Amino acid sequence: MNIEQKQLDALKNLLYKMADDQLILGHRNSEWTGFGPVLEEDIAFSSMAQDKIGQAYQLYSILNELGESEPDTVAFTRNAQQFHCCEYVTMPIGEYDFSLVRHFFFDNAELLRIDSLINTTFDPLSLLARKFKGELKYHVLHANTWIKQLANGNAESKKRIQDTINASFGLALGIFEPSDDENSLIDTGFFIGEKALQSKWLAIITPFLNSCDLSLPNIDDTKPVYGGRKGNFSQYLQPMLTEMTEVYAIDPSAEW
Amino acid sequence: MIIKSLDPRVDRAQIDEKKEFEGLNDLDHWQTFEVFHQEKRGEQHQHVGIVHAPNAEMALLFGKEQYARRGATVNLWVVKTSDVFCSEYEDSDMFDTTPEKFHRDPGSYKVMDKINKFKERISKEK
Repeated sequence: MNIEQKQLDALKNLLYKMADDQLILGHRNSEWTGFGPVLEEDIAFSSMAQDKIGQAYQLYSILNELGESEPDTVAFTRNAQQFHCCEYVTMPIGEYDFSLVRHFFFDNAELLRIDSLINTTFDPLSLLARKFKGELKYHVLHANTWIKQLANGNAESKKRIQDTINASFGLALGIFEPSDDENSLIDTGFFIGEKALQSKWLAIITPFLNSCDLSLPNIDDTKPVYGGRKGNFSQYLQPMLTEMTEVYAIDPSAEW
Repeated sequence: MIIKSLDPRVDRAQIDEKKEFEGLNDLDHWQTFEVFHQEKRGEQHQHVGIVHAPNAEMALLFGKEQYARRGATVNLWVVKTSDVFCSEYEDSDMFDTTPEKFHRDPGSYKVMDKINKFKERISKEK
């Protein structure tokens, strides 16, 4: 396939955004391993975190075929400014309500992103999207079932979920930070664009939350937390990267 | 004293070394569900284990990752443990003579002679 340089750069940017989201959120969620609220949930949440890191690896592998460095190099040697994930996934895990609501907002968005990419005209990504879909379907089922469960729990569980939704909505909107080079991807049928994705996402999660007697804050009064897609992060990503790459950094040439 | 660990997550959790285990309360444990998985459509579901869950929906969610994250699965069942009606171990003498009943084993039907004869005939006819 002949891709113009401009489109290739935009495509790589999209792949980096997706892969970095999965790697960073996968790592964040893995911080719950051994600390989950109950054994079964600990295993389920850890297993999904592994899925995410696996998806990141496969996306970095496509990037590698497009001329970028090896997946390990890309994952373990960049500093925070070189990442393209959204600010939301970099946030510390907080208490379980924060991590669950992030899981709900993010995975619903990711399933729609992957679903739209099944039809991308860039074949390697279309193949991966088909592969990821089943995993993400479970991630969304897991998130939605928990949200429903806690919304129907007691007054405290419901209030905590609603408060966390209110406090996280701006961060969640940051998932859909548009990129300057996106139009060339939209024109060629590679990607439907962040704006279209955000509309689809709102159309899915709004009625779901309402069915649980929960609600989203007014979008017009909420400022999306942008910046991450361009490498501008708050204080959280770099310390996490330092911790994540601690062992790798001891001897980057070690064979595993 | 706060527990010091090589694991930064343990340090962040600020766990008090002296804090004693306070025991379990009634609602600390959910009920259990029996999990059955099916490897291939059409095959029988096999019992694979148990999960704690507040309801069937959550049990299915947990059952998937506990018992279907390795190996092939096309379908899962969960059944509330308390809904399983079972025999008593003190009545297990009901089953005592079963291993002696060779006449119920398919292996005890003498059919191989007939099959071999049939095969022979077919190959001759060819």
